[in-house]
Amino acid sequence: MESTDSHVHHEDGHGHHDPGFWRKYVFSTDHKMIGIQYGLTSLLFMLLGFFLIALMRWSIAYPGQPVPVVGYLLHAIMGDMASPVLDPQTRELIGYAISNDLYNSFGAMHGTIMVFLAVVPLAFAAFGNYVVPLQIGAPDMAFPRLNMASYHLFLLGGLIMFASFFIPGGPAQAGWTSYSPLATSIPTDGQFYWLVAMVVIITSSLLGAVNFIATIIQLRAPGMTWMRMPFFCWAQFVTAFLLLLAFPPLEVGALLQLMDNVAGTSFYLPTGLAISTLSDVSGGGSPLLYQHLFWFLGHPEVYVLILPAMGVVSEIIANNTRKPLWGYKSLVYSVLVLGFLSFIVWAHHMYLTGMGTKISTFFQTTTMIISIPSVIILTCLFISLWGGRIRFNTPMLFALAFLPMFGIGGLTGLPLGFNYSDILLHDTYYVIGHFHYVVAPGTIFALIAGIYFWYPKMTGRYMSEFWGRVHFWCSFVFMNLTFQPMFAQGMAGMLRRMADGGVGYSIANNPDAIGGLADRYLQLNVNITLAAYALGISQIPFIINLFYSIKNGKKVESDNPWESTTLDWQTPTPPPHGNFVGPIKVVNGPYEYSVPGAKADYIPQNQKA
Amino acid sequence: MSGHSPEEIKKSIRSYMMVFGVLIVGTIVTVLASFVDFGSSTANIIVALIIATFKASCVALIFMHLNAEKKTIYMTLGFTWFFFLGLMVLTIWASEDKPNYTVAPNDTPAVMAAPSEPAAH
Amino acid sequence: MEVPYTDTNRPDTGLYNAKVGIWLFLASEVMLFGALFSAYILLRVGAMPGHWPTGLLDVGPGFVNTLVLILSSVTVVMAWASLKLNDFKKFKFYQGITVICALLFVVIKSFEYKSKFTHHDVILKDGMRVDGHLVEETDEFIVLSHPVSYPAEKGIRERAVAIKEAEHHAHEAGGDHHHEDRKIMLDDIEKRTTWGPWANTYLAIYFTLTGLHALHVIAGALVIAYFWGPGSKMWKTHPEQFANRIEVSGLFWHFVDLVWIFLFPILYLL
Repeated sequence: MESTDSHVHHEDGHGHHDPGFWRKYVFSTDHKMIGIQYGLTSLLFMLLGFFLIALMRWSIAYPGQPVPVVGYLLHAIMGDMASPVLDPQTRELIGYAISNDLYNSFGAMHGTIMVFLAVVPLAFAAFGNYVVPLQIGAPDMAFPRLNMASYHLFLLGGLIMFASFFIPGGPAQAGWTSYSPLATSIPTDGQFYWLVAMVVIITSSLLGAVNFIATIIQLRAPGMTWMRMPFFCWAQFVTAFLLLLAFPPLEVGALLQLMDNVAGTSFYLPTGLAISTLSDVSGGGSPLLYQHLFWFLGHPEVYVLILPAMGVVSEIIANNTRKPLWGYKSLVYSVLVLGFLSFIVWAHHMYLTGMGTKISTFFQTTTMIISIPSVIILTCLFISLWGGRIRFNTPMLFALAFLPMFGIGGLTGLPLGFNYSDILLHDTYYVIGHFHYVVAPGTIFALIAGIYFWYPKMTGRYMSEFWGRVHFWCSFVFMNLTFQPMFAQGMAGMLRRMADGGVGYSIANNPDAIGGLADRYLQLNVNITLAAYALGISQIPFIINLFYSIKNGKKVESDNPWESTTLDWQTPTPPPHGNFVGPIKVVNGPYEYSVPGAKADYIPQNQKA
Repeated sequence: MSGHSPEEIKKSIRSYMMVFGVLIVGTIVTVLASFVDFGSSTANIIVALIIATFKASCVALIFMHLNAEKKTIYMTLGFTWFFFLGLMVLTIWASEDKPNYTVAPNDTPAVMAAPSEPAAH
Repeated sequence: MEVPYTDTNRPDTGLYNAKVGIWLFLASEVMLFGALFSAYILLRVGAMPGHWPTGLLDVGPGFVNTLVLILSSVTVVMAWASLKLNDFKKFKFYQGITVICALLFVVIKSFEYKSKFTHHDVILKDGMRVDGHLVEETDEFIVLSHPVSYPAEKGIRERAVAIKEAEHHAHEAGGDHHHEDRKIMLDDIEKRTTWGPWANTYLAIYFTLTGLHALHVIAGALVIAYFWGPGSKMWKTHPEQFANRIEVSGLFWHFVDLVWIFLFPILYLL
């Protein structure tokens, strides 16, 4: 088949005809363009998600006070949900504050957008699409047109979700988890949009997952055996399986809730449900059924968020320490075990739903077991640093920061995995601190590292190193200032999802209250909010850098500027349609760095030592 | 499905016809069995599900050629099957295993009901 | 470079791309219907005593539909086998039957749906409940055929039994059972609904499961019809790839049949 490949290549690769704007940028079937489409779309959604939390943080730190500048914009878009604030003396309108309903809407949308429209598409679809076919030596994904359809479905779902901001009553308000019967009983159309958008997004993810797995199984280049596959591809492979098998139950969950909302069924509405008055529903449903279906996806989803990030970090660490990853096989087996176990831990999110002791012991045990492969992966990555000649460039800084940040996120999860301590910490800011440490300074740092790392391959230019460092140090400092105090607040008993940031539970307002919140914990609200704004401002250098460097960045010296071993760097820059110049034959493992006796300190996978 | 030579295809056509017959008989048996009392409704459910599983296996093995498929597909379906069982068994287990000292809603319908009259304002 | 293994098998896996793809897709479908079956079990086990009906549906149409799907499953696999034997005419014949079976299935299903949507469940002001099929509706009254009445709080399980008996009696009495129709004045009605998915949890899961399954039937039928009609031109140019496509669409079709094999007993018989 090698000969036919090179033959076909001469027709398609070199003399490639210009496909025109629409075919090239919008209806492209090229995995690289689709990856970039996913990347830009998800970064935009991430910005929107951040904007929402910025407004929510304002409400937490300064409850009831008018939102500067954007308050009027909020009123223009969301109408009465932005509540007018009058001057106490003059009774004049001085601005618009965030109402409790609006806070709930933003909370639900922040979670939904960040998880389903920002991080997953960036980590899985964008990086996976761009890098995986290159790293396994494939000319494209196995089903290019299906790939295009997944992106378009994703965009459609995202737009439906976005459109719900502009309908009367605003978007969904029931949290990103959309628990029933709350989600069904809020009398707005937002939940309908949320459900329809979710069904579309899930369908898109399923098609994407099918495509990824088929590509990795079928299109590995000759010689690219399973154990020669870069760890990033393994991580994406397992992630795709998680999406493939965990998303359908959530799709069922969403469909059944859609039936509850639209067709008047009672899948999740129990007999005798009363919301101020007895509901006119047939009853007989089970609210817990929704939670099971949701968390059956919800927990694997955590690994969907984190595994691609671990993959990115391992690539960057191996490349910049100039030595092989320590324990490649342990990494691979760990990621497989992690993926497998992640399907049977979900109910540790549900300890407070009145589970019996036997079942909660089961889930507690599996939850503790699943921390073992995570620790193995992190340990392997730490040990990989030992004795390396580390190049501290921007991608490496972000990748290095990932390790302790994810470590904090992971270790703070252990008390939540135990039934007994979870009862105290459940639904507090401790939980928020925990999963944001996993996702924000964890996954997002890794993904930013990936952007800095693969940018030269996508554009042929580096991103600015100086502004990269500014971006890193500011993000690193403010990220920790944002999320670290949440642990303290949470352990003091401050609940999440409160629009006033806990003022209603403060000792100052309720002197006789038992377990009221001390002022020093409420004061942290302001600190966190300011840190979050500073964190937002720290991203400006990155955004400018990202676009400015396309035309003005320093040009790469070669096709392999980081002197990497993996196949993604053994292509022209940027890779043409079809990716490789000639037939690829893999002869080495993925991380042949600093091989004694070799000419250079790296041996590409397709070159003999 | 290693080879698709005409002889092999002709041989499999015979097995397709046999499966056709088995499926029709199976359907009739399921319906008849549902009118027979096997002692309890649980027993009836088990009988019906055994017949359905048998019919489904015939379709999967012969029509979908799972009797001679490749390792990759067996592995994928094996994991899928395992996770499907996990979802079903653990969900049901979780709903059956109630904490001590509480009453299962089944016994007293009123447990989950909020007061049907809204409290006086 | 073209994407390899679109029509030939990759040596080490022994599969072509689309086959891997369809099996992965079916794996996710297993989880989709698996989750729905889990929901079914949970709702049924959790139902209050007397609130899960058995025998609410007519076994007849469900039985016929099962046979229809089984027949179509056989013709799909025969169509593929005919292609492998190089007999394009037979392929057209068998696949034609498949499409007709799919249509027949959907038609029978929609009649079943209609009979549920015209089933009226009327609660009277005097605390009685009347079940029956709507035959006439004016501004002042409605007329229900096969009416059965009992106290309003009667569980759906016992109602289903009583309705079955009433229909059985009407059947024995022959065609002359119009005298049994019941006229109800609108003024006497407290609440009136039909047997849509909103009526009770059983009908909710019934409509959801069969509706989703029917969508799969329609989608599968569209694909098969496409390869029977305009798509079949490919047989002349890429026979191997065409046979693969028929195999892959057939796998999907068998899966749809397989789901129905479970749906039939759990919804109609148990």
